[in-house]
Order: sequence, then C-alpha cells, then structure tokens
Amino acid sequence: MDAVARPPLPRWHLPMPRSGWAALGGFCLVAFLVVPALHLLAPAGSALHLSDYAVTLGGKVMCYAIVALALDLVWGYGGILSLGHGLFFALGGYAFGMYLMRAIGREGVYQSDLPDFMVFLDWKSLPWYWRGTEHAPWALALVVLAPALVALVFGWFAFRSRIRGVYFSIITQALTLAAMLLFFRNETGFGGNNGFTDFKRILGHSITSPATRVALFALTAAALAGSLLLCRWLVSSRYGRVLTAIRDAEPRVRSLGYEPARYKLFAWTSSAALCGVAGALYVPQVGIINPSEMSPAASIEIAVWVAVGGRGTLVGPVLGAALVNLAKSWFTVAFPAFWNVFLGLLFIAVTLFLPGGLVGLWRRLTRRAEAKA
Amino acid sequence: MIEPRPPAPLPPGFAPGASVHAVRPGALDVSHRVILYLEDLTVAFDGFRALNRLTLYVEAGELRCLIGPNGAGKTTLMDVITGKTRPDSGTAFFGQSLDLTRMDEAAIAEAGIGRKFQKPTVFERHSVFDNLELAMKADRRVRGSFLARLDGEARGRIDETLRTIRLGHLARRPAGTLSHGQKQWLEIGMLLVQEPKLLLLDEPVAGMTDEERERTAELIVSLAGARSVLVVEHDMDFVARLGGKVTVLHEGAVLAEGPLEQVQRDPRVIEVYLGR
Repeated sequence: MDAVARPPLPRWHLPMPRSGWAALGGFCLVAFLVVPALHLLAPAGSALHLSDYAVTLGGKVMCYAIVALALDLVWGYGGILSLGHGLFFALGGYAFGMYLMRAIGREGVYQSDLPDFMVFLDWKSLPWYWRGTEHAPWALALVVLAPALVALVFGWFAFRSRIRGVYFSIITQALTLAAMLLFFRNETGFGGNNGFTDFKRILGHSITSPATRVALFALTAAALAGSLLLCRWLVSSRYGRVLTAIRDAEPRVRSLGYEPARYKLFAWTSSAALCGVAGALYVPQVGIINPSEMSPAASIEIAVWVAVGGRGTLVGPVLGAALVNLAKSWFTVAFPAFWNVFLGLLFIAVTLFLPGGLVGLWRRLTRRAEAKA
Repeated sequence: MIEPRPPAPLPPGFAPGASVHAVRPGALDVSHRVILYLEDLTVAFDGFRALNRLTLYVEAGELRCLIGPNGAGKTTLMDVITGKTRPDSGTAFFGQSLDLTRMDEAAIAEAGIGRKFQKPTVFERHSVFDNLELAMKADRRVRGSFLARLDGEARGRIDETLRTIRLGHLARRPAGTLSHGQKQWLEIGMLLVQEPKLLLLDEPVAGMTDEERERTAELIVSLAGARSVLVVEHDMDFVARLGGKVTVLHEGAVLAEGPLEQVQRDPRVIEVYLGR
C-alpha cells in the first residue's frame, strides 16, 4: 500500500521537483553573477552592457513579483482575494522612504534637517512617528511592522466576523482607497501627493552609483528567492494543508476543531509583511514613493498578475508579475493610451479561457503530451 | 516541586457490576456498561415538540439503529447528543459523568462523540491520506502546524483506518475523484481517526449502489464493539442487514425497541410507520 511506503521525512523537508531547484539555481546565477558583471564590467558602449534602465526595471519587476507571491499565498492557498495589497506594499515603501528622507540630511533644497516638504509646510519639528527613522534598523523594522500591524488589526476583525469572498475583497479595496486619501493630505506628514523623492544616499552610499544599483538588484533577487522558498515551505507544511482546506470547505475545517480565523490571520499578516519588504526594496531603486501606489487600480493590477500566472502555484504569480510588467513597460511607450484597456482584456481573457493561468496551461499541455507519448 | 499523584488506574474492561472505579472528571466512564443515557428529553420549537420525554439508553460497544417516519425527532435527537440543540428539559449523559447538556459542540466532539452528516463533505482537492491526517486527533493550533510531522503511531493509525474503510489503494488520490460511496467511507474514516467512543451516522447509505450498501453494512458492523454506533436509517433492508437492536421513534418519543423482527410485528409500529 503506497500510504505505508511513504518514507519518513526530515522536519525541514521541502518538497520541490528537481526542475524547480534547477530553475532557482539558474535564476540565482543570472541575478548574482551575470547581471552584475554585464552592468559593472562591460563597457558602457558595448553590446553586452546592461543599461541603468534595464537593471532598475529588473529590480522593480522582482519587487512586484514578491507582492504577487504574497497575494498568491492568501488568494491562491487561502481563498482570500485581497484587492488592497498595494496598501501593504506602499506602507513598507513609506517606512523605508522615511529613512531615505532622513539620510538626505542637509543636502535638500532648503538645507534643513527636516525633509523639504516639511520645511515647505512650515513645520518646525518632526512629527512623533518620524522619531528614530534616521536609524536604518528601526526603519527596516517598521517596514515589516507597519503593514503587518495594519493587516493584523484589520484581519482580526474581518476574520472574526467571518467576512468572506467578495465582501472581504470590497472592504480591502475601500481600505486602500481610504489610506490613499489619507496619505494625499499634507497634514498626514508623508509628503502629500508628491510623496518622498530626491533620495541621495542609502547606508552611506550614493543611491545612484552603479554598485548600489547592482547591490539593490541582487538583494531584491535574494528576497524574491527567499520568499519563494518560504512560501513553498509554508504551503507544503500541515499549516498549508489546513489553509487550503479552509479555502475549499471552511465550515468542515471548523467542525474538525480548527479555528479558521487564526489560520487565515497568520497567512494574511505574513503576506502583508512580505509586501512591506517588497515596498522597501522598491523605493530606493525607483527613487520615489507616493500615494498612487495605494490606488485601487494598482491593487487590482496585482490580482491580475496572479491570475495571469496561475493562482495557487507560487511560481505562476512570479512569472505573471514579470510578464505583465514587461509588457506594460513596452506598451506604455508604444501605445500609452491603451494600457488599461489591454489589462482589462487580459484579465477577462484569462478568467474565461485560462482559469489556471499560464502555469495551468503549461500543466495541461504537458499532461496531454504525456498522455500521447 | 511535589510530584502530582498519578490517577488511580481504571478497572480493565467494561466489566458489569465493577463496583470499585475512579471517576476522572472530564473523562468518559462506562463502568456501568451504558455509554449514553438520555432521559425525559424534551425539545420544543414554537410549541411543536420535536422530542417529547424521550428516554433511550445505548450500551458500550452496541450497534443501534434508529428508525421512524419523517418528523419523528431523529435529527433533533442527534442535535441534542452533539450539543447543537439544547433540550428544554431532561438529561443527557455520556457515560456516568459527562453531562452533554452542559458541554458545547467542540467539547462533546473532544470527549468522543463523532457525527457523520448525510451529505459527505471531504476536502476534494486533498488526497485521501491528507483528509485523514487533517481529521486526526492532534494539536489544532497554528503554532504547532508548521513543523508538524506524523509520527509512526499516527501513520499507523491512518494506515489502519485506510484498511478499515478499504481505501488504502486510493490513499494518494484526490478525494474529489472518489465515488459517492467512497466519499462516505472516507468521511467515516475521518471520524474514526478522531477515536470516537460513540459514532452517530445519519443515513449512511443514502444514494449508494447495492454493492456500496453491502460494503457499508460490513464496515458499520465491524466498527461496533470497539465503539458504540448509532445509525439513523430509513432503509429497512439495510437495518435488517446491520442486525442489532432497533429503536422506533414516533412524535418525539420511543414507540418500540428490540430486534427488528419483533419491532416489525408490533401493531403500533405497523400502524404509524411500517404499514404505510
């Protein structure tokens, strides 16, 4: 009986096919060796040189991929569709952005210790919540804590009240919209609709130097690979099996004595924290964070990446985020007016014809090929 | 630190008339051979008496069938036993010491009463094995779930259950691919791994093929003994196949009780139920 034959596994066993490990190894090779070499060593004029734009775009896309991964954890595995994940991403970005603003020092336009926008508003001192943000470790702690805390409080109430499905999605959408309106206000103390920009330094290094750019790129790649492994481990543990059981038949899970709300809350909060990390990596590479990241449309776009890649597959959303964003950077140059139309059509097409996304399509094709062979 | 005194050992077996035994609070005590005491139970919904001074005893290890026309109170009775419905009056004890009317649903399930509903709900995308694993008695908290691994004993119990419900060869298959009957067996298996002392089965063969019925009957008969089984069923042939004592409910009270042949001859039973 095959059930009896299942061998005992070590506690940290991570079930992943060999092809998965190979792809991960290839990714690391490119991210840690090939890209740095082509950017730093290849001379600027040569055909092999990787431009600033390309490296930054790559880093940006990987940040989005982490967000897609985080959404897949709650949507694909927990059945919780969030249309407000942009909020957590932006909170992480703002948290680290506070450090970057403080790191400008007196090199701003007004040569003040205060960030320029506060001088402009005629503020005399930093608001209390900016305290300690000149220290990178505290800012980094905030990167995780701020989104996680918001998610924890919101999730606690929502899951306790057994808010599910489309109602939950709509509330997350409202949440991110409310946060955006709040951050638009100058009085909130986060730079209003301009947000944070004009960063100069990060941990003592110039933020525009090629070495910094490559370091941030590699760090983002490491964060993406780490998040992928972490999520993979999580969903293949008993925790993951309970979470997917909740997605498929929540009342039944409850009748077995589990508390679904707690399982969901853990996934939800971890997912938010992961988004925060992605946001913190995004801001120094892109050089700006403003409330538009919290717009409802931005969060819906995240759900589209996940759907295109294939939810509940982890690797799918990573690919989905990469493909849709690469398409976007080309599209917004070639046909700037039609990007939103294209995105909408893409979503409809995927929902109607590719419910499993690209990974689902790939699996269907390989299965068919195997059946023929 | 003072060493806590170990509880006095319980007498072996359910020996009738065992006069010396320790009552452990919160533990099932069947030293008087009876596992379920229902006395004078009354449940009224808007004046309608779903249960009307019902009295019923089930012995440890017994297989009991509960029959009766629609509205006789079978489902309400199950609801009272599992804590879903509170009786307006009367007592319900699980063994000597556990007052079911004072326990909530989770505590009752924990104490050892497992209920299978008519409509099977298994986790369709999980394998048969994983379904049993999820149902197994274990730490239910999030904290313990990340590094949880099945030890040899737990694995052994799952394998044993797979053999009992005869789904060993399908252990790796997603439960959604099982037939209706197989899903019902899996659901029974999910109850068994929780090690219930009393199993409540609500119409276990509804919608099954003849062959599946036969295998279900074998399964249920094999389950009794190590635990008590209370079956609610409409199908007389199936009840006959199970053997065991039959209790006929009518208008919320026990109308007759005994072996099926005796009950079937009872004129009152013929009048309200079988004769129609």
